[in-house]
Amino acid sequence: MNYYESKDLGKFGGIGKFKPELAKKFFDYYNEATGTDGALTKREKALIGLALAHAKQCPYCIDQYTTQCLENGSNPDQMTEALHVAGALEAGMTLVHGVQMHNVMDRAGA
Amino acid sequence: MSPPASTSASKAEYDTRFDFQGALDRHRLELKPLALETLQVNVTKLCNQVCRHCHVDASPKRTEQMDRATVDKCLDILEANPSLRKLDITGGAPELNPHFDYFVSEARTRGKQVLVRHNLTVTLDGNPQTGDSKEYLPEFFAAKGVEVISSLPYFQEYFTDKQRGPGVFAKSLESMRRLNRAGYGVDGSGLVLNLVYNPVGAFLPAAQPDLEKQYREELESKHGLVFNRLYTLTNMPIHRFKAQLRQIDGYEAYMEKLVSSFNPAAAQGVMCRSLLSVGYDGRLYDCDFNQMLSMSLGGAEPWTVFNFDLSKILQRAIRFDSHCFGCTAGAGSSCGGATV
Repeated sequence: MNYYESKDLGKFGGIGKFKPELAKKFFDYYNEATGTDGALTKREKALIGLALAHAKQCPYCIDQYTTQCLENGSNPDQMTEALHVAGALEAGMTLVHGVQMHNVMDRAGA
Repeated sequence: MSPPASTSASKAEYDTRFDFQGALDRHRLELKPLALETLQVNVTKLCNQVCRHCHVDASPKRTEQMDRATVDKCLDILEANPSLRKLDITGGAPELNPHFDYFVSEARTRGKQVLVRHNLTVTLDGNPQTGDSKEYLPEFFAAKGVEVISSLPYFQEYFTDKQRGPGVFAKSLESMRRLNRAGYGVDGSGLVLNLVYNPVGAFLPAAQPDLEKQYREELESKHGLVFNRLYTLTNMPIHRFKAQLRQIDGYEAYMEKLVSSFNPAAAQGVMCRSLLSVGYDGRLYDCDFNQMLSMSLGGAEPWTVFNFDLSKILQRAIRFDSHCFGCTAGAGSSCGGATV
């Protein structure tokens, strides 16, 4: 038993079993935002999705967006750089809070 | 979103789930033969490479070769049928057939457009069985005005070598350089070099125009190489690629992906409607994939180049099976790339 089975990804549409009108709104929005060429290409959107999937550590999204990146022509170098952007931001988000640490230390006269 | 199945299914279950004729029926599509434009001749299964996606199972150990009598019969057919404007020579590495140069020269003499499925590296590797050099090929192609169609699975080393073997990317670039020097892909030369992309794994090709743009920018800026068009092809779930899918437990998921991506517009443009495939022994097939699956035309009495009957061929029922979903997924796939 594994909580995350890749075949479960295919059941995502089943979220509309209840409150289907909300599911429809979500999927229409999702498909429009991620699956079309706009000011960003689908390839660029897939790389953003891949980075976010890793930052949020969603196995379904990692599965989906790895495939999306490949099917939109990205290569391992580009996909890995996207992960490093996410990783660098995660690190930066931790370290920038050092400002708060310093503020507290200053207030304490330390 | 295609879930991989956890258990293997029976052939009967596959036939139901991956029923191509059923998909055509549901979309009220009847794919009848159109005017025959291309004779695609597979002259050998011998190849200097062993690519892991190869639907021919070609390798340096294969010995199947079309003989001179069969080549001559193909030339007779081309001459006798003006609608057959194109001769598309494939393999294996077709240049490794001993009658290849003769075949090309004679077809050109008969005014036919000749396309060669050229793997690039054979120019440098030569014949793996005889050791004969093939370094004359770029100049030979140029002298005969052949259209060269070359596999280059990606514009970077990693994907290309993963699919076609270590060192193939570097050799492919060197071979392209020689083709460019002979005028291929160069504006105004009239010599056409088209490249072929196919995915390195179990996923569909990117959009052909987008990928062509990336190929053009990368190959020109990093390697100073030029080409005319990029064709994107979908990997066919047969032979070596099917074995690879089985290894990664991905056959069913890949088939589900192809089935769910069925595109009626792509189905209308499938190449088997205007192309006839010839095996090294002269047998006739609807396409090179059917050829490799031994789905020959004519049943108990096979149709061959030696009993060629155009009117029967144009009235035939094209033989379809589950692998045909590979030609109808997404933007479609054919020997000339995407079909929509």
